[in-house]
Amino acid sequence: MLSLFERWAKSAALEVQEYVRLTMAAFRGIVTPPFYRHDIVEQFDIIGVGSLTVVLLSGLFTGAALAAQSGMTLDQFGARPVVGRLVSASMIKELGPVLTALMLTGRIGSGIAAELGSMMVTDQINALRALGTDPVRKLVVPRILAGIFMTPVLTVIADAVGITGGWVVARYQLQVNSGLYWSSVVKGLYLQDVWVGLIKPFVFGFIIVTVACHVGLRTSGGTAGVGRSTTLSVVAGSVAVIAADYFVMQILIALLY
Amino acid sequence: MQAREIAAAKTALDQPGAPIVLFDHVQLAFDERVVLRDMSFTLLKGHTKIILGASGSGKSTALKIITGLLKSDAGVVWVNGQRVDQLGEREMMSVRADLGMIFQEGALFDSLTVRENVGYKLYEETDMPVDEVDRRVAEVLGFIGLAEQVDKMPSELSGGQRRRVAIARAMAFKPTILLYDEATTGLDPITAITVDDEIVKLRDLEGVSSIVVTHQLRDAFYVATHMAVRAADGTVRIVDATPEKEREAEFIMLREGVIVFEGDADSLRRSADPYIQTFLS
Ligand SMILES: Nc1ncnc2c1ncn2[C@@H]1O[C@H](COP(=O)(O)OP(=O)(O)O)[C@@H](O)[C@H]1O
Ligand SMILES: [Mg+2]
Repeated sequence: MLSLFERWAKSAALEVQEYVRLTMAAFRGIVTPPFYRHDIVEQFDIIGVGSLTVVLLSGLFTGAALAAQSGMTLDQFGARPVVGRLVSASMIKELGPVLTALMLTGRIGSGIAAELGSMMVTDQINALRALGTDPVRKLVVPRILAGIFMTPVLTVIADAVGITGGWVVARYQLQVNSGLYWSSVVKGLYLQDVWVGLIKPFVFGFIIVTVACHVGLRTSGGTAGVGRSTTLSVVAGSVAVIAADYFVMQILIALLY
Repeated sequence: MQAREIAAAKTALDQPGAPIVLFDHVQLAFDERVVLRDMSFTLLKGHTKIILGASGSGKSTALKIITGLLKSDAGVVWVNGQRVDQLGEREMMSVRADLGMIFQEGALFDSLTVRENVGYKLYEETDMPVDEVDRRVAEVLGFIGLAEQVDKMPSELSGGQRRRVAIARAMAFKPTILLYDEATTGLDPITAITVDDEIVKLRDLEGVSSIVVTHQLRDAFYVATHMAVRAADGTVRIVDATPEKEREAEFIMLREGVIVFEGDADSLRRSADPYIQTFLS
C-alpha cells in the first residue's frame, strides 16, 4: 500500500521535474537564438486562425445562453434592463477566458500532443536531434509563443461575439432596448475586469501548450501511447486551466482590487 | 593538452585506419532491464562494422549511444576524437555534424516533402544558400535514384523509397560516419540489394565509415563481400570485394547486450558456436 503510494509520488515528482525542465528550456529558446521563424509564423496561423471558428461559435452561444438565463433571474427583481451588465462582467472576467481555454485545450492541446507524440514514437524527434536541431526550439517554442499570444486575442474575440450574442437575446427575446443593453454593458465593465480578462488567457495559453508539449514529448509505446497522450493532454490541460483560473483570480484580486 | 599535441592527435585520427568510433565497456539499462551489458568495439576509418543480432539485443540502442541520443550508464564512447559519453546536448551537436543516422523505420519528417527532408539540415542548420542546397538535394537524390520523387510527401513513397530517402537525408551534409539501423529490413530482396549497393557506394566512393545494423545475413554478407569501383568513363560498378577489402568489414554478433562474436566474414561462416550457427542457418 505504502509502496504503491510511494511509487505514485515518485513518478508525480518526476513528471513535475520534467515539466519544469521543459518550460525552462523553452524560456531559454525564446530569448536566445537560433529561432525557427518559419515555424513560429506557421504556428500562429494554425493555433490562431485555425481556432477562430470554434471560438466564435462557443463564444456566441455562451453569451446568448448567459443573457437568456440571467434575464430570467433578473426578472424576479424587476431588473431585466441591467442584463447587459451581467453578460459583460461574466463574459469578460470568467466565461470568455475559461471557455475559450477549454475549447483550445480540446483543439490545440490534443493536436500538439498527438503530433509530438507520434513524432516521438516514430523517432522523428530523435532524427531532429541527430540532424542538429533542438526539438524544444524547433517544436515547443513556436507553439508556446503562438499559444500565449493567440489565446488572449481569441478570448477578446470570444468576449465580443458573446456580448453580441447576449444582445441578440436581450433585444429580441427579452425585449430590452438596444441602447439600454449597450450602456449597461459598458457600465458593467471596470478597468480591473479588463485586466483580469487579458491576463488570464495569457496564463491559460501558456498552460495549455506547455502541458500538451510535455505530454507529447514523453510519449512512448507506439500508436497506443499516442492515443493515451492525446487524452491525457486534454484531461490534464482542462483540469490545469480550471485550477489555474482559481489561483490566478486569487492573485489578481489581491493585486488589482 | 598542448595545442601541438591536439594537432598531432587530429592528424593521426585523419589517417585511414585510425579509430573513428570506439566503445569501451559500455553499459546501459532501462530501469531494471539491462540492454547493453558490456560492449567494446572499435570502428576504423573507412571500414565497416556489421552488427548482427536478434531483435531486442540492443543494436538500435548502441547506435543511439553513438549519436548521443541515449547516454550510457558506464563505459567510454569516443566518436571522431571526442568523448561523447560526457558531452551535453549542445556540445553533442558538433559531433553530430559528422554523423549520419538512418533510423530503423526511416523517421522521415512526415509533414515535409522529400526535398525538405533530404535538405533538412542544410536548409535549417547551415548558412548554405538555398539554391546551393537545392542543387545538393538534387545531386543526392540522383545518387540514390529518386530524382523524380523530390516533391512528393513521404507517405506517397514505397517502403524501399522511404529507406533510400532516409539514406539521402543522412548523407546530404556529407558526414564521415554513417549508421544504418536495419536499412533493409522488411524490403524485398531486389530492393534490399539496391539499398545495400548505396551503402557500398558511400563507403567505397565517398570514404564513409559505416556501422550497418541488421538481422538479415544476406544483406550483411552482401555489404561485406562487395565493393564499388568507378570506371575510367565515370560509371560505377559493384564488384566482388578483394580479400583485403573484405577484411575491412568486421562482424559483431550481439546477444542480449553482450558481444558473442567478433571477426570477418570468413571466420563468422566458420564459427562453431551453436548460437551463431542457429543464426546463420
Ligand atoms: N527508451 C526505452 N525505454 C525502455 N526500454 C527500451 C527503450 N529503448 C529500447 N528499450 C529496450 O531495450 C531493448 C533493446 O532494444 P533495441 O536496442 O531497440 O533492440 P534492437 O534494435 O536490437 O532490436 C529492448 O528490449 C527494448 O524493449
Ligand atoms: Mg532496432
